[in-house]
Amino acid sequence: MNQISHALTQLGKQTRLKITGLGFFTRFFFTLLTRSGIVFQRPRLVSQQVHFIGNYSLLIIAVSGLFVGFVLGLQGYYTLNRYGSEEALGLLVALSLTRELGPVVTALLFAGRAGTSLTAEIGLMKAGEQLAAMEVMAVDPIRRVLVPRFWGGVIAMPILAAVFSMVGILGGWAVGVGLIGIDTGAFWSQMQASVDVWKDVANGVIKSFVFGIAVTLIALYEGWQAQPTPEGVARATTRTVVTSSLSVLGLDFLLTALMFSN
Amino acid sequence: MLRDITLEVLRGQVVAMMGGSGSGKTTLLRAATGQLVAQAGTVEVFGQNLACADRSKIESLRQRMGVLFQQGALFTDLNVFENVAFPLREHLHMKPAKLLERVLDKLNAVGLRAAAHLKISQISGGMARRVALARAVVLEPELVLYDEPFAGLDPISMGITARLIRHLSDKLGCASVVITHDVAESFAIADQVYLVGQGVLKAHGSPATLGTSADPYVQQFLHGQADGPVAFDYPETPAFTSWLALQRGLR
Repeated sequence: MNQISHALTQLGKQTRLKITGLGFFTRFFFTLLTRSGIVFQRPRLVSQQVHFIGNYSLLIIAVSGLFVGFVLGLQGYYTLNRYGSEEALGLLVALSLTRELGPVVTALLFAGRAGTSLTAEIGLMKAGEQLAAMEVMAVDPIRRVLVPRFWGGVIAMPILAAVFSMVGILGGWAVGVGLIGIDTGAFWSQMQASVDVWKDVANGVIKSFVFGIAVTLIALYEGWQAQPTPEGVARATTRTVVTSSLSVLGLDFLLTALMFSN
Repeated sequence: MLRDITLEVLRGQVVAMMGGSGSGKTTLLRAATGQLVAQAGTVEVFGQNLACADRSKIESLRQRMGVLFQQGALFTDLNVFENVAFPLREHLHMKPAKLLERVLDKLNAVGLRAAAHLKISQISGGMARRVALARAVVLEPELVLYDEPFAGLDPISMGITARLIRHLSDKLGCASVVITHDVAESFAIADQVYLVGQGVLKAHGSPATLGTSADPYVQQFLHGQADGPVAFDYPETPAFTSWLALQRGLR
């Protein structure tokens, strides 16, 4: 009986903690939004972050995009060849990348590369009393440090997803046309005729934008809430990767259901 | 918890707030900067009760004070010059030439004019403390709070830092509160010394007065004696007793 009571108490405690955490997270998001005026007052702070965060991830995104494109070219040809429609390879590669793989894989890589870096940076600034120093200098650390990073990540993410998709399509073309020998005209014309700018490309951009908000927000929140110790920063960095990745996959399901359902 | 502590600092004065580790000195500093809100009593800065001040009022008060953090709290992504220039860039719209002049002047005051271009990773702990000092006074504040400015410094850096605190206080005419447990350096520069222990104010007065005090706590602290009102051994608590019992397998 005691064990059941203890288990129920623990369950209640964990549930309450999760709900409280969700409340803090939501409030943190709205605080970032309400203090975003600095984006227009000092746009250079944001452009620096776009450059910084984008540079962090560009190489890994481009290389991953290329290999994903290679694999799509091979797998796509293998499947389409069964039905004698291998000339639709360009369409398959483009749709897979713009609608799904581009935003999702980029967001996962972004979480691992830029997200962890943001969490560690904010956590270490907290541990080194840099955020407290700003506060007593009458400089709001949320406005000065977090807001530019948040918008930097949100802007960088769709750009990186576009790079991923573009390099992936080139990878698919290299395998399909260069290696397998599909007609290059058929590869590009099928893609041009069937990929819809709004239904496919724009929805992919919206997805990457939403993932950018989710991943950057989680990374900054974890850094902001991190215990100011080496162990605390390490744990926060791990939580960033886990929470961001699960959020991206969950959000992807929701967005896909909303965007591509009839 | 701190109680029954009244501390007043006047313009041009250097006040040393002393006490052992964990006596609540840094808590007092955080209360003075508005980072902590007092549960009882009042904290007034420039005549303004911090408990009644909103965020914008606290920010305007903070612009009139400078704080030197224990570890310097320098921004590691900025170089020495940009660290000192940071408060100026955030609060004043100064022309670049004037900003350069002001920052170099403050760096000159701490003897680091020629280190302006260096990264934070390239300077020593003592130099970092001096850069932080230059940053704390770059807005020419009316009140400067120093949190353990002598901790971890070699004797030369310690002496230089102490003289700098006195010199900057005299030059800028600002009130200075030095939170420290270093007796020799603080007695050499302070006008008034407040001794905090066990959550209350144990003694206060000029360094000369405190030096002749017969109070056993003052004597123990100033002379670093092992025996006295402050016990060397941490007191046993019920939590410790139950933990020990668990360790010994009695429960």
